[in-house]
Amino acid sequence: MSATTNLSSLSSQGNGATVELAQRSPRQIAWIRLKRNKVAMVSAGVALFFVAIAFLAPVITGLFHVDNTTLYLDRLKDGQPIGVAGGISWAHPFGIEPGAGRDLMALLLYGSRISFSIAIITAITYVGIGLVLGISAAYIGGALDSVIGRIADFLLSFPTTFMFVALSVPLTMRVEALGIAKDNGARIVVMVLILTVFSWPGFFRVVRSQVLSLREREFVLAASALGASRSRIIFKELLPNLWPLAIIYLSISLPGYLAAEAVFSFLGVGVQAPSSTWGLVLNDASSFWQRDPAYLAIPAGMVIVVVLSLNLLGDGLRDALDPKSDR
Amino acid sequence: MLKYISKRVFYAFVMLFVLSMVVYLIFGLVPIDPAKLSCGTHCNPVVVEANRHRLGLDIPLWHQWWNFIMGLFQGRTYGEGAAMIHCPAPAFGYSFPNNACVTEVMAGAFPFTFTLAVGAFILWMTIGISFGILAARKKGTYIDRLSTAFVLIGSSLPIFILGLLIYITAFLLHLIDPITQGTWVSPLSDPIGFFRNFIFAWITLALAYAAIYTRLTRSNVIETSTEDYIRTARAKGVAERDVLYRHNLRTALAPLITNAGLDFGGLLGGAIITERVFQLPGLGYMSIKAVLRDYDLPLIMGTTLLAAAFFIFFNLIVDIAYAYLDPRVRLN
Repeated sequence: MSATTNLSSLSSQGNGATVELAQRSPRQIAWIRLKRNKVAMVSAGVALFFVAIAFLAPVITGLFHVDNTTLYLDRLKDGQPIGVAGGISWAHPFGIEPGAGRDLMALLLYGSRISFSIAIITAITYVGIGLVLGISAAYIGGALDSVIGRIADFLLSFPTTFMFVALSVPLTMRVEALGIAKDNGARIVVMVLILTVFSWPGFFRVVRSQVLSLREREFVLAASALGASRSRIIFKELLPNLWPLAIIYLSISLPGYLAAEAVFSFLGVGVQAPSSTWGLVLNDASSFWQRDPAYLAIPAGMVIVVVLSLNLLGDGLRDALDPKSDR
Repeated sequence: MLKYISKRVFYAFVMLFVLSMVVYLIFGLVPIDPAKLSCGTHCNPVVVEANRHRLGLDIPLWHQWWNFIMGLFQGRTYGEGAAMIHCPAPAFGYSFPNNACVTEVMAGAFPFTFTLAVGAFILWMTIGISFGILAARKKGTYIDRLSTAFVLIGSSLPIFILGLLIYITAFLLHLIDPITQGTWVSPLSDPIGFFRNFIFAWITLALAYAAIYTRLTRSNVIETSTEDYIRTARAKGVAERDVLYRHNLRTALAPLITNAGLDFGGLLGGAIITERVFQLPGLGYMSIKAVLRDYDLPLIMGTTLLAAAFFIFFNLIVDIAYAYLDPRVRLN
């Protein structure tokens, strides 16, 4: 990174050796950086593995001849699973749920589908809203900017967990009354809705300040001097510079939403039985842990591993896409 | 400075005012009828209507909101004659399931939330800042790597799992008694019982927050140490200790005020998850119970507004503190 390397690369260009210097797009550079980061790659593998087994839940449970609705009552005695560590066996690799007697692996796999869908949909929605509103506020400016800015300020002063706890029950009733979805479907819609509403303002602010500085940069000025239309400037000049931000925020928020889903289900204001999410299983397990510690340890370990790997992946993506940012 | 403060205070009041309006509007539009909830199992339309009138729910929403605002300053009286209930100011409404004024119920829960927030705050600021400084000073050594691991684990463990694990550990070590856990013990008459009630909840919250503060402190101290004035201080022969405490930390820790103020303000409204795990009947646990048991709307509105008010109030304090520390803020 010294002057000499710069000089030598300049001189090699001067000698007509440009062919040897590979042209790399920012995306390729970021990808190379990410590939070099072993921790991030391993975490990406772990995270992808969990997403894949969530997606393939019916196939995997099919291989073990179990499903998430059958009650294996013959494996229970006085409501407790027979055998070691919560009834772990070849037929039931994670054991049996105490009480109802469902297969824990099937519960967790099908549960992770709900958890992952909520997290992914929320992340995409809030990043999308943040992008659209951030660009509009900064690029159109004026009254629109101050109105959106005020709304964002306002939403940021609400205590999110409180609003969720307070609003989830009545909002679920409202969604059901409107006929959008039923039961857990309605609860999932409400969860995504509330999480999105209280998440976009933070990202909106980042996008807005980024666009405000980008629009004064030479390449944007040059484009508008050349007579580029507003939509061309937004889509061809501004948006490509905002993707890294969007990807960083998307990946960093995912573990938070997984945890949020688990927390709200744990508190009893999220998804409800007979569906199973990680939070629900943990909630149930928290009252059984003395007699069946494995029932608590397995889902807790799963949540920790997934959240940890997603956090590490998010850090890696941030390092790769935005190396200047401080940690 | 005075002009800046008055502007901020005014803005905070406007915010609270609008917030109360929006909360009222949201809750006014939900398909839950507090009047129906208030009459318990022996319900008939006449009682519901009587209760609706008694609670002042048979008038337009904006008027209800106005009564609510006036009640905050003047107190409120529900019903007449023998069935009259009076809630002194600041009245947040009447909670039927608790048979008490919302203010009273919240005042009973506040000591738990307050103690939890203050204790956790002291603990996490001490751990976070000292660990952060240590990691920044020993950058690249095993201490630094240890701090990175701590940050990672602290920010990755969802707080309810962390809380459950700590609760179980404490229980297995016979340090928590699930029967007495969560009853108020005066710190003056029984300091040990008082600490036993809170210490594990403090640790849970502190671990989760300390991770963030370790990371912030570490990166701020490292960033500040590359500044020119730090080099100048070293060049003119200031002792390394003084460089750190007088020059570096002043700049590095100032931004933490924002985080600290907002986090503390957020916790004063109630730490729902931690209170639930450790069965501490604070504002957070109370609201989740109010939601799950019978959707006690006045109580839920009270706790939500109170939590928002704390948050806005600490936002204000942070702004003023920052203006005091950094003249650029107040002069701009």
